[in-house]
Amino acid sequence: MLWQCARAGGRRAHTAHGSGEQVDSLALALGLIVSLDPGFLAVVGLSLRVTATAVLIAALIGLPLGALLALKRFPGRSMVIVVVNAMMGLPPVVVGLLVFLALSRAGPLGALGLLFTPTAMIAAQTVLALPIVIAITRQIVEDLWGEYREHLLSLGLKGVRAVPTLLWDGRFSLTTGLLAAFGRASAEVGAVLIVGGNIAGSTRTMTTTIALETSKGDLPLALGLGLVLIGLTLLINAAAYGASRVGARHAV
Amino acid sequence: MHDTIPNPASILPLRVERLCFADAQARLLEDVSFAIPRGGLTIVLGANGAGKSLLMRLCQGLLAPTSGAVAWNAQPEGFSRHAMVFQKPVMLRRSARGNVLHALAASGVARAGRAGRADAALQRFGLADLSERPARLLSGGEQQRLAIARAVAAGPEILFLDEPTSHLDPGATLQVEQMLGGLKRDGVTLVMTTHDMGQARRLADRVLFMHKGRLIEDAAAHTFFEGPAAAEARAFLAGDLLW
Repeated sequence: MLWQCARAGGRRAHTAHGSGEQVDSLALALGLIVSLDPGFLAVVGLSLRVTATAVLIAALIGLPLGALLALKRFPGRSMVIVVVNAMMGLPPVVVGLLVFLALSRAGPLGALGLLFTPTAMIAAQTVLALPIVIAITRQIVEDLWGEYREHLLSLGLKGVRAVPTLLWDGRFSLTTGLLAAFGRASAEVGAVLIVGGNIAGSTRTMTTTIALETSKGDLPLALGLGLVLIGLTLLINAAAYGASRVGARHAV
Repeated sequence: MHDTIPNPASILPLRVERLCFADAQARLLEDVSFAIPRGGLTIVLGANGAGKSLLMRLCQGLLAPTSGAVAWNAQPEGFSRHAMVFQKPVMLRRSARGNVLHALAASGVARAGRAGRADAALQRFGLADLSERPARLLSGGEQQRLAIARAVAAGPEILFLDEPTSHLDPGATLQVEQMLGGLKRDGVTLVMTTHDMGQARRLADRVLFMHKGRLIEDAAAHTFFEGPAAAEARAFLAGDLLW
């Protein structure tokens, strides 16, 4: 398996500290990507599955919640907005700790036995992505409502009835928001490390593998996954840019 | 001519009864009463700040009055039987056709009938060639024509228009006025605000003249323009500044 070869080569590169060996590590890393190594792909696949699921759940919850927060007036609304905005900057390790406590055997959800499973990682990433989705949705929908208010009211669309129109017309900006949430979730390491346990073949994601393998001196694998993460970041930004361009062309 | 006999199936006549509206600072509309029978084009005339736009919003139900009532002959279910066009049209981020389809859906028109009605409305008002263009890229005149097409696509009995041509050049204004003439011939009841005297003379069957939140005069158009009873209306017609 190329992964094992890369490990052996990587350790040599790590101990030698020579620039030539680092070039070798990079070559091995590229080899891992190009050869579509099954172990390597499994880590990438799990990472993408976990993050995509988390963002999907965050979108299903966050889009309507953000829209309602934009449209509804209730006591303490300003405080809720401040809290949601503040939660966008939640340290991932704290989220990991809270989800860990909730899912641990003594925690309120301990009976579900989800700790150290991909589901626990999805839960942690959902908690990280949700404030971003709610906050961005709230801002986009509030701006659109300011513009559309009288027209929609004249059609009898207010409150919950106005939400589908506002979400649809804000779709390109919202897509950018969802991609930002995907970026945050896919790049974080602390939360999934705590609740996933970084178990080989089960809960090892790109970020946790990079952290582990770097400390073990397996630079090719860490570098390979790092390159994939960078590529993913570029892809997300390209998609966000594309969404805004399409929005500018079709929805203005 | 106006049909003043109430029809149980119709939401008209509309009766505005002792309507008042106040915000935290001032009373903006004071004791306004009138009725709108079926048919015809009523112009609500007055200077800026007279309360014309506010009156339109209260009639359409966008605002709740402080006191008084907007009473329909038959209570309309939803907003499909009375519609409103604004001074600056709000265009959704969709194609021209998408805007009309959205209004039809919101008005409760069955999905199967929407496409045909949308295309018919766009065709009728000369927008068929622009139907797939993003609505927000249309010119001001095209947007206002689309706003009217969108408002009438569901077949409302009455259309409120709040200074629909105030931002338009003469050519676009003429097109809108021709559209309104066509709608009036089709039996749609039109209530429109303007401070453009020439437009009021061209279009009005009846004039409601407002000044400082009060309805000063309610008269047939020819009567009003030949010799208004109220001093404020005479001053307005003479081109004097009212405040």
